Amino acid sequence: MPQHRMAERAKAPVGRRKFLGYLIAAPTLVVAAELTRQEVFGGPSASAATPIPSAPQPPEVYDLLDALRDSMRPTANLIRIEVNRDGTVSFALPRSDNGQGIITSTQMIIAEEMGLDVDQVRVTLADARPELLLNQITGGSSTTFTTYTPIRVAAALAQMRLLEAASQLLQQDVRTLTARKGLITSTLGKSIPFGDLAGPAASAVDKQVEVTLKPREKFTVIGKPQNKTDVLDIVTGRKQFAADLQIPDALPTVICRAPDLNGTPRKAANLADVRRMPGVTDVEIVSTGVAVRARTFGQAIDAVRALEVSWKDGTVHGEDDESVLKKLKAAELPLAVPAGIVATVDSSFTFWFKSNSSLEPNTAIADVRRDRAEIWGPMKTPITAQNAIAKLLGLPQNAVTVHVVQGGGSFGRKLFFDAALEAAECSKAFGKPVKLMWSRADDSRQGRVHPMCTSRVRATVTKDSVLSFEQRHTSVSTDFTHGLGEAITAAAAKAPLGNLGFAETVFELTQANPYDYGVSTRVLNEVDMRFNTSSMRNVYSPDVTTAREVVTDQLAAKLGADPYEFRRKFARSDRIRGVLDAVAKNGRWGRSMKKGTAQGLGVHHEYKGVTAALVEIDCRPETVNRAIYEGVTGPRVTRVTFAIDAGLVINPRGLEAQMMGGINDGIALILTSSLHLTDGHFVEASWDNYFYTRQWNTPPELNIILVDSGADEPGGAGEAGVAATAAAVANAYARAVGKVPTEFPINHRDPFPFTPKPLVPPIPESPTDGLEHTY
Amino acid sequence: MPTQTFMLNGERVTVEAEDGVRLLWVIRDLLGVTGPKYGCGINVCKACTSHINGKAFNPCSVQVCDIGDDDEVTTIEGLADGEKLHPMQQAWIDRDVPQCGYCQPGQIMAAVAKVRQCRAEGRDVDDDAIEEIRNICRCGTYNRIREAIKAGADKM
Repeated sequence: MPQHRMAERAKAPVGRRKFLGYLIAAPTLVVAAELTRQEVFGGPSASAATPIPSAPQPPEVYDLLDALRDSMRPTANLIRIEVNRDGTVSFALPRSDNGQGIITSTQMIIAEEMGLDVDQVRVTLADARPELLLNQITGGSSTTFTTYTPIRVAAALAQMRLLEAASQLLQQDVRTLTARKGLITSTLGKSIPFGDLAGPAASAVDKQVEVTLKPREKFTVIGKPQNKTDVLDIVTGRKQFAADLQIPDALPTVICRAPDLNGTPRKAANLADVRRMPGVTDVEIVSTGVAVRARTFGQAIDAVRALEVSWKDGTVHGEDDESVLKKLKAAELPLAVPAGIVATVDSSFTFWFKSNSSLEPNTAIADVRRDRAEIWGPMKTPITAQNAIAKLLGLPQNAVTVHVVQGGGSFGRKLFFDAALEAAECSKAFGKPVKLMWSRADDSRQGRVHPMCTSRVRATVTKDSVLSFEQRHTSVSTDFTHGLGEAITAAAAKAPLGNLGFAETVFELTQANPYDYGVSTRVLNEVDMRFNTSSMRNVYSPDVTTAREVVTDQLAAKLGADPYEFRRKFARSDRIRGVLDAVAKNGRWGRSMKKGTAQGLGVHHEYKGVTAALVEIDCRPETVNRAIYEGVTGPRVTRVTFAIDAGLVINPRGLEAQMMGGINDGIALILTSSLHLTDGHFVEASWDNYFYTRQWNTPPELNIILVDSGADEPGGAGEAGVAATAAAVANAYARAVGKVPTEFPINHRDPFPFTPKPLVPPIPESPTDGLEHTY
Repeated sequence: MPTQTFMLNGERVTVEAEDGVRLLWVIRDLLGVTGPKYGCGINVCKACTSHINGKAFNPCSVQVCDIGDDDEVTTIEGLADGEKLHPMQQAWIDRDVPQCGYCQPGQIMAAVAKVRQCRAEGRDVDDDAIEEIRNICRCGTYNRIREAIKAGADKM
């Protein structure tokens, strides 16, 4: 049995733990729950191998997930489940679903505890609820980890209360009753539907009640593959995103933006002419540009293209990739261990800017009136948004209603609410409702980015051990001014040096070295460059991990060891060895590969989970030089074997989906996708410039393995697929071409395979030849 | 303002719109049919992929005046036969393909057209054929899309 598992078992309390739930006074059954339980995860197990153990690292004992959960403790009891008179159960999840499947997994958790079918549970996304304080942020892969227990407690209490009500009505001992599919049935075969019990089970007063949760051995829903419950709506076109909502009079609105990043308008020469263009209803100068409202988005774009605007310089006027890199290099913190006394591996890596645009561009609807405002949009920090919008409009926070709409992808972009702020400003300026959408060019050029960063690594080795491993990560500032999703920490992050403190905390709580490398340190420094940044399916991990794993291959080479055997030997836990073994076995590590092709490994530890990837890459000329119209080909990842031990898995099908997405992200980060900063602006204006993974890049063979090491609690999943894959792609590439790359993506300095689109007008004209390209 | 007439999902529609407005906006903003999504507006991302007379096309790049009165435009909303899903939609459900779902209407419409094209040209619906599909999925669902297309093709 793996050591860590024994450690967890030893720590587990005797008997079943009890939790406190609350009955809420209401006409039908309403229950709530608070978090009272303790952490069950143990620290790292001691390694039995020869390596020099490193001291415990913060993420191994207390990581970002713990920080997020602890920040939520005082208010988690406001999570409520309601039993409706029609027998369904409803729950408004204070989170944002952008495709990661948390609505489905939440339905599963409630269905499990209440003996319902998944489709009998209705889960919606809650509006901004400022009383939740810190409990309404969707980020850091934290949703399932932070909500799993409170939701179960509430559901278990609801179940208990329904059983008690049925027992009264049926005059039967409660222990003879069972709940299944929304019916309470007695041993005599009599049954009562939940709906009939919703009233009788209701409480006249608020009351605290002790509940026991269903033991894991009895789970029938959790851990079974479940399709996303909105899949039918998606494949029939019925699922609605913000731009699809029909809000009365909220007409299409587009902003004409500056050529410079974050440039602002000085004046517009032809406002009157543009106001008379077909379909146009309103044109006004706003803080970020000139806003146009029209009958259709097409006409709003035509009007944006016709505007003649003079602009003030942007925030990085005149800067380019090299000037930013120079600033980063200057800010790199010194390494402590001197080089050259013993054998030393010294490496330095550059990770260029990357776009976290989702396919749905930034979109929001706003209806601002004199004394109130109503906002619709996909927002992961709706309380912060509500506060910021209220401030912008000069309204009290409770006069602003923020509806969270399902998003068309986020990847970190929707931690911010740029479109909602602009929509509110435009609606106020026009005195009319607006449906504001960023053009693709704006979303790519002016939208948030993953910051450029460097990672320096110095490791010292003897002939059979690693003495020290230092990593100095230096990054353009990552914007954490969304705080933990509400006004208080957001304000703290905005205070002088507040954001750096926040960034360092996140870095410290998420980054762990999975190997025993002796004296092991990781330090972050950030340089404020006034870019629009945010996380992108991880904040630091893909870059930090890639640097560490590439150096790990170099260390293995230095010690004359096989990269897999080397990782096995130095791994800090059996969980890490578990995923490593899984990919090595299933991916046939070490099989013979043709010249120009190779295998590579990557390992990562974050969010209470461990991951490993084994990638095979084809770098032969006939593959690299494949010609695809307006596409980037290059080296092809032909096969990925990926293993994750994510702790307790709620929905394996959903977890596999998240890994698949992360794998495709990891491939793009290393091989194809980056932004280029030139003369104060990003060049890439659309998907024919920015090369996210496409069908011709994705691995034809993909095998995802879920490793179960018996954990009692779910970890994080949303971002877990990226880092190990990125690292493995980099290592496979290095082995295939015989040269270690130091910049990512590897094609960043290649000539553009496209003609850059004009900056003025800021949006390219839609073609008219679509009927010549049918198939 | 000119009047535009065409067939949309089996019904004749008439709408007032300037000739140069791209069909995507006529469908979405004026007719309220929102299955086809905006992702780029320049025929690159393919999120608006729909069918014209049974072939895949991108309405973001066609002026509404270029659509004839009898041209049949089919969006994702018109793919199923009433309540009976198209085999490709069913294959998408069976493999739980979508994540956020924003690109998926376009992906499904592209897949159906690609299978029809392969059949007409006597080609297999293999990896090479699938890699001709340019639709972007930023959630990275490509691998399940590949499986679903092959399964859906078998039932078409």
